[in-house]
Amino acid sequence: MTATLAELMIVAASECWRGDGEVLASGIGIVPRLGASLAKLTHAPELLMTDSETMLVSEPIPLGPRGDYVPRYEGYLSFNRVFECVWGGKRHAMIGPTQVDRFGQSNLSVVGGTYQKPKSAILGVRGLPGNQINHANSFFIPNHGPRVFVAGEVDMVSGPGYNPARFAPGMRMDFIDLRRIVTDLCVMDFGGPEHAVRVRSLHPGVTFEQVQAATGFPLLQAPNLGETPLPTDEQLSIIRGLDPHGLRASTVKNDPPARRAS
Amino acid sequence: MSLNKELTATQAVAQIRDGMTIGVGGWGPRRKPMALVRELLRTDVKDLTVVAYGGPEVGMLCAAGKVRKLVYGFVTMDAIPLEPHFRKARESGAIEILELDEGMFEWGLRAAGMRMSFLPTRCGLGTDVLARNPELKTVASPYADGEVYIAMPALKLDVALLHVNEADRLGNTLIKARDPLFDDLFARAADRCFVSTEKLVDRFRLSADEARFNLFERSLVHGVVHAPCGAHPTYNGPDYGWDMEHLKRYNASGAEEGGWQKYVEEFVAVTESEYLAKNGGAERIAKLKTPVF
Repeated sequence: MTATLAELMIVAASECWRGDGEVLASGIGIVPRLGASLAKLTHAPELLMTDSETMLVSEPIPLGPRGDYVPRYEGYLSFNRVFECVWGGKRHAMIGPTQVDRFGQSNLSVVGGTYQKPKSAILGVRGLPGNQINHANSFFIPNHGPRVFVAGEVDMVSGPGYNPARFAPGMRMDFIDLRRIVTDLCVMDFGGPEHAVRVRSLHPGVTFEQVQAATGFPLLQAPNLGETPLPTDEQLSIIRGLDPHGLRASTVKNDPPARRAS
Repeated sequence: MSLNKELTATQAVAQIRDGMTIGVGGWGPRRKPMALVRELLRTDVKDLTVVAYGGPEVGMLCAAGKVRKLVYGFVTMDAIPLEPHFRKARESGAIEILELDEGMFEWGLRAAGMRMSFLPTRCGLGTDVLARNPELKTVASPYADGEVYIAMPALKLDVALLHVNEADRLGNTLIKARDPLFDDLFARAADRCFVSTEKLVDRFRLSADEARFNLFERSLVHGVVHAPCGAHPTYNGPDYGWDMEHLKRYNASGAEEGGWQKYVEEFVAVTESEYLAKNGGAERIAKLKTPVF
C-alpha cells in the first residue's frame, strides 16, 4: 500500500503517546485524533479515550458517520471531569494552534494588530493556558511555515511554554511538558539546551534547510536526525478502518504521497 | 416559596437591566437558552457584561450592541469554528474583554457560588491571560511551599439564563443531556436564575433514576419559562440536534452587507411561534440529528 502524507503524519502523531501510561489521550482534529486512536490500537492500549463527546470508550471511535458501528463504552467523562484530568496532570493532548514560538508558547486567540484591536480574532485561549501549565502536550501543524512558527513570541500567549521571563518567583513551571510537534515537513521536539526546538526526523524528501527556511526561529538537529518512518501496511489498514470516509485527506493540501519527489 | 415560578420569556427578560452581568449556560453550540436570548435581543437593554462559554448567543448580543464587556474563554459554533459577529466586535475593539482559560472560568463561577472572593489556580500562569488582564492578581500560598497562583476572582452574576429539558412550576429542573456542562455553576453564581424548558409540568413525580438528572436545587431558580425548541439553533440532546442550515444562514449574515439587520428582521423581530414556523416548526426541529463527533 502507498501511504499519503496525512497517513505518515498520523503515524508520527501516534508515536507522541508512546510510553505515556494510563493518561487521557486527547487528539483534537482529524490527524491528532487518528494518531491517538492508532496509538491505542497498537502500542498504547492503556490510553484513556473518549468518543469526542462525553463517554470513555475502550475502542477508538471511527471518524464521521458510523453506520451500524456500536461504540464500546467503558465509562464517563464530562467536560467537568476532563478539567479534573487536566488539573491532575493525567492527560496528553495534541492540538493545532494558530501560532507556536521557540518557547513552545501557543496562540489560539488573536493575530496581528493589538490585543485590544486585533487584525484577526480566532477562538479565544480556550483550555490552552490550563493544558500547557498542567500536563503533556504535543502540537500538530499541517502548514509548516513562518506565519505559524513565528519569530519572537506568538501574538497572544495562550498556552505557556519554556519561557522563564513570563514566570515570577514562586510560580511553578515544572509541570510544563511539551513533547513533539508534528508538521507536514518534519517532527520536532523540545530536547535542545534549555528546551530549544530540534528537528527529530524529516519527512521523506524534505531537507533540514527547507524546514529551517519555513521556521521563524533557529532550529537544532537532533543527534540521531533521521527520516520519519513510512507507515507499515498494518498501520495503514488500521488508519483506513478508523477513517472510512477518508477525512484525513482534507488535512493537508492535495494530500501528496508520503514519499515526495525531492 | 413560590408555588408557581412560571414566567413568560418577556417577564423573565424584563428583570434584566442596563449594566447587569448576565451568565449564559451551555457551551459553544450546545444547550444555549436561545429563546431567552432572542427575547433579550427584542429589548432595548444595553451595557451588559456577558459571561459565557460562548456560542452564537454571544455573536448575536454583540451584533445587537448589547455587550459592554465579554468574559469568555472562546466563542465558537464548533462545526463553524469562527463566530462571525463575535469576531467583528472583537476586531473592532467595540467590546471590553476578560479572556480566560476554560478552567479559570469554571473556577470563577465556583468561587461566586461559594461566596468566595477568589480561588487559586495555576491555569493562566505564564500567559497573556495574566499579562494582558490587569484585573487578574496573583496570591502566594501561606504555607511552607510559598507557591504563587493566580487568584481567579469570583464571576458573580446578576442573572443566569439556562435551558433545560424538563422543569416543573416549583423550579425543579432536569438536564438529560449526556454532558451537564457547567449550568449548575451558573445557577449558583447568580442572584437570579431564569430557566427555559422544553417541557413544563406542574409538579414533578420522578423515579429515582430520573431524579439523578436534577443537577441544582429549585431554590436557585427564580423563574421558569416554557419554551419548546428554546435552544434552537443550538444542540439540545437528547431532544434535538443543532440546526446546521440555520447556523450557516446566521454565519452568512456576518459577511453580507446589512446581514445582521436582515437576520433580525427574519428571525428576531418576530414572535417565538413565528420563529419556530420559519424554522420548520417543532416537528422539523425534533428531527434535527444530534451531531456525530
